[in-house]
Amino acid sequence: MSLYDIIFYLFALLVLVSAFITVTSKNIVHSAFSLMFTLFGVAGIYVLLGADFLGVVQLLVYVGGILILMIFGVMMTNEITNVDIKTGTTQVVPAIIGVGLFAGALTSMMLRTGWNSQPSENMDTTTYAIGKLLLTEYVLIFELLGMLLLVALIGAASVARKEKE
Amino acid sequence: MYELLYDIFGSEIIAMIIAACMPLFLFILPFALIAVLLERKVSAHMQDRLGPMRVGYHGILQTIADILKLIQKEDIVADTTDKKLFNMAPVLVFAGSYAVFAAIPFSGAFIGSAADVGIFFIIAVSSIVVAGILMAGWASNNKYSLLGAMRSAAQIISYEIPTALVVLSIVMLTGTLSLNTMSIQQTAYFWNWNLFGGAADGFVQLLLLPFTVVAFVIFYISSLAEVNRTPFDIPEAESELVAGYHTEYSGMKFAMFFLAEYANMFAVSAIAVAIFLGGYQSPLGYLGNTIGVEWLIPYEQLFWFTVKGVGLVLVQIWLRWTLPRLRVDQLMTVCWKYLIPYAFVNLIIIGLISLI
Repeated sequence: MSLYDIIFYLFALLVLVSAFITVTSKNIVHSAFSLMFTLFGVAGIYVLLGADFLGVVQLLVYVGGILILMIFGVMMTNEITNVDIKTGTTQVVPAIIGVGLFAGALTSMMLRTGWNSQPSENMDTTTYAIGKLLLTEYVLIFELLGMLLLVALIGAASVARKEKE
Repeated sequence: MYELLYDIFGSEIIAMIIAACMPLFLFILPFALIAVLLERKVSAHMQDRLGPMRVGYHGILQTIADILKLIQKEDIVADTTDKKLFNMAPVLVFAGSYAVFAAIPFSGAFIGSAADVGIFFIIAVSSIVVAGILMAGWASNNKYSLLGAMRSAAQIISYEIPTALVVLSIVMLTGTLSLNTMSIQQTAYFWNWNLFGGAADGFVQLLLLPFTVVAFVIFYISSLAEVNRTPFDIPEAESELVAGYHTEYSGMKFAMFFLAEYANMFAVSAIAVAIFLGGYQSPLGYLGNTIGVEWLIPYEQLFWFTVKGVGLVLVQIWLRWTLPRLRVDQLMTVCWKYLIPYAFVNLIIIGLISLI
């Protein structure tokens, strides 16, 4: 077992354990914080796969952005933090069907994809290639996404704005 | 560094652990020892006092005495705190601020990780500190802690935007995300620093000069806000919030917050040095080159990096004891109405000039 295997299993354990806590915890703040560890572990696995840029983006967007926003929301709404969330079993049959379908789809995808494996020596950085692709082949999608985000920003600002009389 | 250790020990794991611990033991701990004393002495002399004088010559050993005291303190955990999160928060805050040091080039021969994402990694990983601060504030179950944590998180998130914009403009100019490559580009004399327009040709550099200086000023102001230093220290405003998010902490846990704060002070100064002030490059040329002693150069680089970094930390201390703190609304006005528009205009202009 090489060093990278050990690190992979550590990250995998982190993801699984914290995801389990996220789902089962009765305290919503504990759930939110353990979701942070899940997302962090996924970022670590991205880096192990050689996708350094993607790993950092995962950290920046999910841990630094979305999760902090979620924690803020949870803390600001006092009614939520004081209420115990129900974590019992309800709706067993639909849940089993849904989870089964999802797990089947994931497993078949895992088995059918021709995984492209190559030796881990000589990791090249991905930043340059991603930048080049974004501005040549995918430039239209890139611009459209930029427009979409701008619309979302302006929309959020105009919803949150106080009306002047 | 890692390769050298790998050669010595022959084991990837030992080499990596030692390489990861080096900045902590060689740099952050001694720096914190000196910086705490420095802050007290500098502030004292600015206010016409003497500062600590009893322990050692002119109070030199004061910090060590303080640490011995902190180690002996009882670890108090209040009954109504959320124990798990309360104990985890100091570790998370320290881990977040220590992770930043992985991508900082201390000298040509000593950089934690030569990964190409450098400065982008630093911006991303410092958000873990925000999560840790929120965790500490919430778990303390104390309104002052919670208010301090909220203020701190809101402030850090807001000021990340001008920082990122300024860093982006310099990344456009230099064409790299790696702080090591950026430092290498600013070699030779001090007029090649990014602060003075980078290593461009004469005319382009003259065009760039005013805008890179503005970029540096914006970066420095927002980095002050990101480490919660005066004039942006409302998260721990003593007159309103006792001590902010670490009000409930005592003993070694408090010491961890304290250490993280000083590590952060040096980290933002080091980033400013690496981006704008030539990184570890000497401003005047190397002694090792002149007298032909090659192995001296990395040590000289370490020396220059430390001098520049500690210089910026001194400016932080100087500002702290000179300026009053801003109100919350003024804080947000400075960020959203002044720094962000200026940073945007600066970004566009630097982009246009670098096309020439």
